[in-house]
Amino acid sequence: MQDKLNSIPVRKTQWKFHGGLKLAGHKKQSMQTGIATAIVPEQLIIPLQQHIGRPAKPVITIGDKVLKGQCIATLKDPTSITAAIHAPSSGEVIAIETHAIPSMNRQTANCIIIKTDGEDRWLPSIKPVDNPTSLSSDTLKQLIIEAGIVGLGGAGFPTHLKLTAETKPLDTLIINAAECEPYITCDAVLIEEQADKIIQGIQIILHTIGIQHCLIGIEDDKPQAIQALQKALATINNHTIQLIQIPTRYPAGGEKQLIQVLTGKEVPLNKLPHDIGIVCHNIATVHAVTEAIKEGKPLIERVVTVTGDKLQQPKNMRVLIGTPMQDVLNECGYTESNDQSLIMGGPMMGIHLDSADYPVIKTTNCILVRKKQKQPVALPCIRCGECARVCPANLLPQQLYWYTRAKDLDRVQDYQIFSCIECGCCDYVCPSHIPLVQFYRYAKTEIWTQEADRKKSDHARERHEYRQFRLERKKAEDAERKAKKKALLNKKQGIKTPEQDSKKAAIEAALKRVKERQSEQAAIAKNTEGLTDEQQKKIDEVEQRRKNKLQKEKLNTKLEDN
Amino acid sequence: MLTAIIALTVLAIIFGLLLGFAAVRYKVKSNPVVDQIDALLPQTQCGQCTYPGCRPYAEAIARDEADINQCPPGGESTIIALADLLGRDPKPLNAEHGEHAEKTVVYIDENVCIGCTLCIQACPVDAILGAAKQMHTVITSECTGCDLCIPPCPVDCIHIIPAIDETKKVHVELPQTPLLLNEME
Ligand code: SF4
Ligand code: SF4
Ligand code: SF4
Ligand code: SF4
Repeated sequence: MQDKLNSIPVRKTQWKFHGGLKLAGHKKQSMQTGIATAIVPEQLIIPLQQHIGRPAKPVITIGDKVLKGQCIATLKDPTSITAAIHAPSSGEVIAIETHAIPSMNRQTANCIIIKTDGEDRWLPSIKPVDNPTSLSSDTLKQLIIEAGIVGLGGAGFPTHLKLTAETKPLDTLIINAAECEPYITCDAVLIEEQADKIIQGIQIILHTIGIQHCLIGIEDDKPQAIQALQKALATINNHTIQLIQIPTRYPAGGEKQLIQVLTGKEVPLNKLPHDIGIVCHNIATVHAVTEAIKEGKPLIERVVTVTGDKLQQPKNMRVLIGTPMQDVLNECGYTESNDQSLIMGGPMMGIHLDSADYPVIKTTNCILVRKKQKQPVALPCIRCGECARVCPANLLPQQLYWYTRAKDLDRVQDYQIFSCIECGCCDYVCPSHIPLVQFYRYAKTEIWTQEADRKKSDHARERHEYRQFRLERKKAEDAERKAKKKALLNKKQGIKTPEQDSKKAAIEAALKRVKERQSEQAAIAKNTEGLTDEQQKKIDEVEQRRKNKLQKEKLNTKLEDN
Repeated sequence: MLTAIIALTVLAIIFGLLLGFAAVRYKVKSNPVVDQIDALLPQTQCGQCTYPGCRPYAEAIARDEADINQCPPGGESTIIALADLLGRDPKPLNAEHGEHAEKTVVYIDENVCIGCTLCIQACPVDAILGAAKQMHTVITSECTGCDLCIPPCPVDCIHIIPAIDETKKVHVELPQTPLLLNEME
C-alpha cells in the first residue's frame, strides 16, 4: 500500500499569486468527528433561486405529495442560468411563498415549502448508471442538468453551463480543493471520506468535456485529505490527473488565484478562465456529479461546516437543502445570544445574517457563529498602500475607495472594480479600519442600477418619441380625412368640389389673361387717337421716310438682279 | 517667397472649400449637446423641471437657461453625470422642483375605471391600454411613474405603487461610517 501511495507524486507548485494573507485556520475544531447526518426537519424551505441568474419554474402545486428526489422546479431552457430543484425529502407541498433567503441585503425570494412526512421515501424511478464513461457527452450533460447541480464552492453557478467549450477549446480541468477561508472544512472532510467518488467525478467531467488533463489544487494544511486523494488516484492508474499541493495562503481558492498558482497563467482582465482554455469546478460539485450519475441522486443535500468559537459541538453535517439553519444549529449546541454574530460562509467573504431564520441553500458551505466583532471607527485613509500590497486581484483599493466616496463611478470602473473578488484582504489590513469591501459592493451595485436605469430611460425616450410621432401623424391623417369627407359631402349636395372649382378658376384666369392682353393691344392701338397736329406731322414724316427706304431697297435689289 | 505665398493661398482655398463642403454635406440635424444631455435625463417626462418633458429641459440646459439640478427623478446621479458632461461642479438638487423619491409606477383600479380614456391621452409613453367605455390598464413595465395620468382621471382610480426593481433588490447602500476627521481633500 505504502509503495502505491508513493508512486502517486504530489507536486508542489512553483508559482504564486500577488498579495494575499496568511490567516489563522481555526479548522481543527470542526474536524474532530466525521460527517454527521442532520435530522430531517419538519419543514423544508426551498428557494426557487439559490444562485445568480434566474429562478427555476415550479412544476408542482400546493397540496401535491412529493417523494424524495422528485423534481419540483425546472429550468425553461438549458442555456439559461438556472438549475432544477428537487424535493429533499418526502412530504406535502404546503405553500409557495416569499421567504427571506441568505443574501447581502435581506432579500426575499419565492420558496417552495414542504411539510415532511418523516418517511423520507425515495422516488422509485431513480436510475443509477454503472459505467458513465460509456455514455455520450450529451447524455451525461443532460443527466447533470436534470440533477440540478450547481457550483457548491462559491456563487452556485449552474454546473452544466461549465461543461462545454463554447468559444475556445478547453484543455485543462482544474479542481478547486483549496478551501482557503478560515473555519471552513466541509471540502476537506468530504475528501477524507469520499475521495473515490471525487476521483470518479473528475473522470466523468473530463469525459463530458472531452479532455484529458486535470489539476487538483489543494492547500498544504490538509495532509489527510491529500493522502486520501493519493490513495484514490493510485487505484485508477491515470496519470493525466495531477495532485498539486499549494501553500496555504488566503485567497488561494479564488478562481483566478488558483489558476495562477497551479499553471502560472494569468486570466486577463475582464476575461474568464474559459478564455485561456481552463475550466474550474469545486471538489464538492464533483462529488455531487458522481452521486447524480452513479447513484441517480439529484442535488438535495450538501455537507455544511457548522462551527465557531461560540458553538459547543462544532462539526460537519450532511444537511438537506431547505433545512432551516436554526434546526442545524440546534444539533450543534447553539444558544442564541446578543454578543455573537451569525455568518453564512467564512469570516472573510461570508454573509452576515440577522437571525437563524434562513434555509440552508445549495451554496451554504458553512454556518459560523462568532463572537461579535465591534466595527472600529473608520479613520481617514492615510494612503499607506497596505491594501494594494495584499490585493490578490492586483488592484489599487485605495483609489477604488476614493472614487467610490466621490461617486465617480466612471473612474471606479477605470480602476477595474469588477475585477475585485471581494476577498476582504484590503479591509483586513487597513490600519484605518475602513470597511472597504462595503464601499466596493455599493459601487458595483450602484453601477448596475445606473445601467438598468439608463436602459429604462432609453426605452422611455423611444416610446415618448414614437408617441409624439404618432400624434403628429394622426393630426395629419385627421386633416386629410376631414378634407375628403367634406369633398364627398359637397358632391352629394351638388356643390362643386374644390377640385372642380380650381379647374374652373384656372380656365377663368386664362380667359381673363387673354382679355387683358386684347384690351392692352386695344389700348396700344388707341394711342394714335387724339393726337396734336405736331404729333401727326411727325408721324407722317416717319411714315414717309420708311416708305422711301423701302422703295430704295426695292430698287437696289432690282439693279443687283439685272 | 512668392511661390510660398501662392502655395499657402492655394492650400487655404482648398481647405476652405473642403470644410465648407463638409459642413454642408455632413450637417448634423439636431444639436449634439442637446442629445448628450437628453441621454442623461431619466425620460420620465414628468415636467417637474418646469419644462414640458425631458428634451425641452435638455434644450434649456444647452441654452444655459436652466440649471442642472432641476430634475427630481434623476436625482444626484443625474446631476453628477450632467456636471461631468458640462464640466461644471455638481450641486444638490433644487428642492423647489421636488425631492428624489423611490421609483414608482401607477395602477388603475379596474373596478372603478369608467373608461373615459383621459389618462391615455395624458400618458407620455403610451403605457396605458384601453378604449372608450372599456376598462383601462397600465402596462407596468412601460410606466415611468410620471403621475401625469392621475389628475385627469375623473373618478380617482389611479394609484401610485412602488416599482418592482430587480436591481434594487441587490443594491447595497454606501456605508455610513462615522469618520472622525474630514478626509484630506
Ligand atoms: S490600507 Fe487603508 S489607509 Fe492604507 S491606503 Fe489602503 S485604504 Fe488607505
Ligand atoms: S476586496 Fe477587492 S480590492 Fe480588496 S483586496 Fe480583495 S480583490 Fe482587492
Ligand atoms: S423633471 Fe426630469 S424626468 Fe421630469 S421632465 Fe424634467 S428632465 Fe424629465
Ligand atoms: S401610466 Fe401614468 S404614471 Fe405611468 S407613464 Fe403613463 S402617465 Fe405616467
